[in-house]
Amino acid sequence: MSRVQAPEISRQLREGIAAEAEAAAARFAERAARDGLADVAFAGFDSPYGPIHVAVTERGLVSLGLPNVGEEEFLAQLAAAISPRVLEAPARVDEVRRELDEYFSGKRQSFDLELDWRMIRSGFYRSVLRETEKLPFGVTSTYGQIAARAGNARAYRAAGTALATNPIPLVIPCHRILRSGGSVGEYGGGSAIKQSLLVAEGALPPENDAAAK
Amino acid sequence: MNAATKVTKPPFQRFLDEHREPVLAFLRALVGPGDADDCFQETFIAALRGYERMDGRHPRAWVMTIARSKAIDHHRSRARRPEPRDDLAEPAAPPASGAIGDVGGEVWSAVAELGDTQREAVALRYAADLSYREIAAALDCSEEAARRRVADGLASLRKTLDREEARL
Repeated sequence: MSRVQAPEISRQLREGIAAEAEAAAARFAERAARDGLADVAFAGFDSPYGPIHVAVTERGLVSLGLPNVGEEEFLAQLAAAISPRVLEAPARVDEVRRELDEYFSGKRQSFDLELDWRMIRSGFYRSVLRETEKLPFGVTSTYGQIAARAGNARAYRAAGTALATNPIPLVIPCHRILRSGGSVGEYGGGSAIKQSLLVAEGALPPENDAAAK
Repeated sequence: MNAATKVTKPPFQRFLDEHREPVLAFLRALVGPGDADDCFQETFIAALRGYERMDGRHPRAWVMTIARSKAIDHHRSRARRPEPRDDLAEPAAPPASGAIGDVGGEVWSAVAELGDTQREAVALRYAADLSYREIAAALDCSEEAARRRVADGLASLRKTLDREEARL
């Protein structure tokens, strides 16, 4: 009878497999994203508000998930809206990450990033976000004003929906849109983050900051 | 998500996460640890390109079928290359990392000595850790045939190992 039993054979054939497979998969993902075989490259990283995710296509930044959006939800949205060929490739999102880090640390007031508008419905919603994109650092507006600039002053509710479903928050600065009464209003990532961003931009006095960690 | 939502394939990253280990383990046993990474890269490139054809019922069997064909391509291209004659019997070296036990690289060389059919079955069962049902789907045979191939492969493997042991 052989002293070598099946579990021992298995143990030897699988030795070191977990770490080796992880490294091989990471090499594959970066290469596939670099060579254009993946339709979407994403990565997650830390921000002062918690973990955030970003995704880019060959056209540019397509989606940014604030800490309230988990990784599975973030990926499922990309797979459904663009393509299931989504791979984790941190090197592909380096530029986005760098600009966001600079923004969070107060060294950057506007972004020099190409955007992919594919996840934003065309028509009025897109006009609202195009107008929002133009708002400079530290300058706020209201739902009514932004609706008017987008071509329909009475559609402030629809403007609110467009802003609530903004797939690229921070870079399309929907946090700069406030209620007409002056209250901060809702924010996809949570109103505490919105307040904190506005304080950091000097648009609100510091006593409103509750979210920064 | 409601039930009417169109079924989309999982994000490829999750497919990769789920199958990277069995694919690499299978390839290490088929072509040896030194060449397994090349085959691994080619396997997932092909899987990514053909992702819409992926069989959602047997994702693991599907990717193993691709890995198997990449290993076959690899062996063919090696066979065409002018190399020393004893290359045919070159045993797969054990992975460079990790402690080598008292049976050391013997299991690896014994696996390399198996015929293709038995080696594939043994690699799917003991390296990639697939169920017999998945092995049957990957090899496109009945579950019974899969069990038989694995059992035969294990018996040959043991025979080789016992012979090695007797020689020491």
